[in-house]
Amino acid sequence: MKTFGGPVLFLDRSDINTDEIIPAKYLTENSKLALKPYILEDLKLPGFDPLRDTKGKGVVVTRSNFGCGSSREHAVWVFEVNDINVVIAESFARIFRQNMFNCGMLAIELPGQDIDALLSLGGKTTIAVDLDKETITARGAKEMTCKFALNSFDKDLVQAGGWLAYADKKY
Amino acid sequence: MGKTITEKIFEAHRRDTPSDNNVVLDIDVVMCHEITTPIAINDLEERGMDRVFDPARIKVVIDHVTPSKDTKTATQAKILRDWARRQHIKDFFDIGANGVCHALFPEKGFIRPGYTVIMGDSHTCTHGAFGAFAAGVGTTDLEVGILKGVCSFRLPETMKITITGSLGKGVFAKDVILRIIKELTVNGATDKVMEFCGPVVDGMSMEARMTLCNMAIEAGATCGVCLPDRVTAEYLWPFIQDEYKNIDEAVVDFRKWHSDGDAHYFSEKTFDVSTLPPQVTYGFKPDEVKDITEMAGTMIDQVYMGSCTNGRIEDLRAAAEVLKGRKIAGNVRAILSPATPKVYSQAMDEGLIKIFMDAGFCVTNPTCGACLGMSNGVLAAGEVCASTTNRNFNGRMGKGGMVHLMSPVSAAAAAVHGALVDPREML
Ligand code: SF4
Repeated sequence: MKTFGGPVLFLDRSDINTDEIIPAKYLTENSKLALKPYILEDLKLPGFDPLRDTKGKGVVVTRSNFGCGSSREHAVWVFEVNDINVVIAESFARIFRQNMFNCGMLAIELPGQDIDALLSLGGKTTIAVDLDKETITARGAKEMTCKFALNSFDKDLVQAGGWLAYADKKY
Repeated sequence: MGKTITEKIFEAHRRDTPSDNNVVLDIDVVMCHEITTPIAINDLEERGMDRVFDPARIKVVIDHVTPSKDTKTATQAKILRDWARRQHIKDFFDIGANGVCHALFPEKGFIRPGYTVIMGDSHTCTHGAFGAFAAGVGTTDLEVGILKGVCSFRLPETMKITITGSLGKGVFAKDVILRIIKELTVNGATDKVMEFCGPVVDGMSMEARMTLCNMAIEAGATCGVCLPDRVTAEYLWPFIQDEYKNIDEAVVDFRKWHSDGDAHYFSEKTFDVSTLPPQVTYGFKPDEVKDITEMAGTMIDQVYMGSCTNGRIEDLRAAAEVLKGRKIAGNVRAILSPATPKVYSQAMDEGLIKIFMDAGFCVTNPTCGACLGMSNGVLAAGEVCASTTNRNFNGRMGKGGMVHLMSPVSAAAAAVHGALVDPREML
């Protein structure tokens, strides 16, 4: 199975929507890879430069209701093709969360105080995910470990490499 | 203990229970449009799985950008068109017959009480107006739906939303749902079904119920749902008359889906709408809602009338009442996109199109159009649009543009004034 983790991109805001993650005008692309340069193009955060700041990152840490708005799976693929396969948030919009697991990627929910603590670790933080133990370990200004809980079906999807592979075998 | 309508639908469609929290449902209708489906088709082809579970249960439309605006959108349309032919999908709607998916498919009678419906489109929740469980999904869910006719969901909990009182003049389903979203916030209903009931909903047409359910997703809900009743049966009658002796029989049969009196709800809220004034959004989130009186005088550049929220015949009729004998303001351009060919031709028969055109509106073919800023009606930076659509996200209708969501009557009033205005002054 894939390993999950890497350098962290902090997006310190709630309700980041799919139009901000990948604007509708790029939905005419018929390949995932073509989306790569447009990651978070319409997200306006102080000092945030999408292309510079997403480079080399493997994990996103953000606040609540991440991925709200449209059903476009492009919002997941644009992370995938930029090698980001984990998003950690206080909560997700349903379709985005489902799309992450359907693609065999991780949408991890943590309580607000853990998110606060992660956000305080600063710029050069990396996170490693241990799927068996259901923990993440973050190394930044200091080191911290948080426990998370994955629904067993979501875990099965990640282990199967996504919903299509899972469903093709089972139904 | 009793069950909610959604629990009953889940029970009737349960294929598998992969965990305590998840179920896999059999899907009655899989709907497809040209933005999210082509990539699913390509992927299935690449995997050697270019099949469909049942061509009769797949409904396909080109609606978001139509007629195609460039090579890329033409290619998306072509992939969908070729696939529909190759898979013998009979219900495929192309230019001339196409319209906005969530307006077109109900009109064709594809949705019935108790159905499960998925589509690669977040506003699929619209179809809950018929007493169905209808949810927007991503491309992978769509692929599995196309291939296997199943979809997985977490067990939903239901928020019961009772709407009481009576709507004042110039106040519509759109104002009600905007107010509800304001109170619940944009994630107040995440992973929940919003069940709309009460005397106001009972008195609403199917069109108005669709407007209500359409925006359930803007509060994060999986689906909005209304209990199927006589209004539902009358709307569906042309399509169900072989199944029932008369409308009464259909109404009685539909009751089997109704939530039981002792059903468990996650929460229950009552909204009395008797004193509700027309509502409007002011920011970039659909829960940033104010009374339109607080926003009166806000200058606008464009008016957009259409979409799966408010592009139906009732909406056009209501707006035309304001526009009749009036002209749009000199600082404004106004666009009407009737949601479907049927709406368009009905509006023509009723003389509404002439009213819009005499007022100075440009009338386009049925399409999503300006709603998602992919084809016509895109705003320039700094421009402001009074819109009957459902999303005001930053950049939605064009980079740097601002969208204020409101009812068709409020949008028509704004067109005439050139600025936001309380439409009740003009009725
Ligand atoms: S009209 Fe707008 S919201 Fe409705 S389906 Fe089309 S793009 Fe989506």
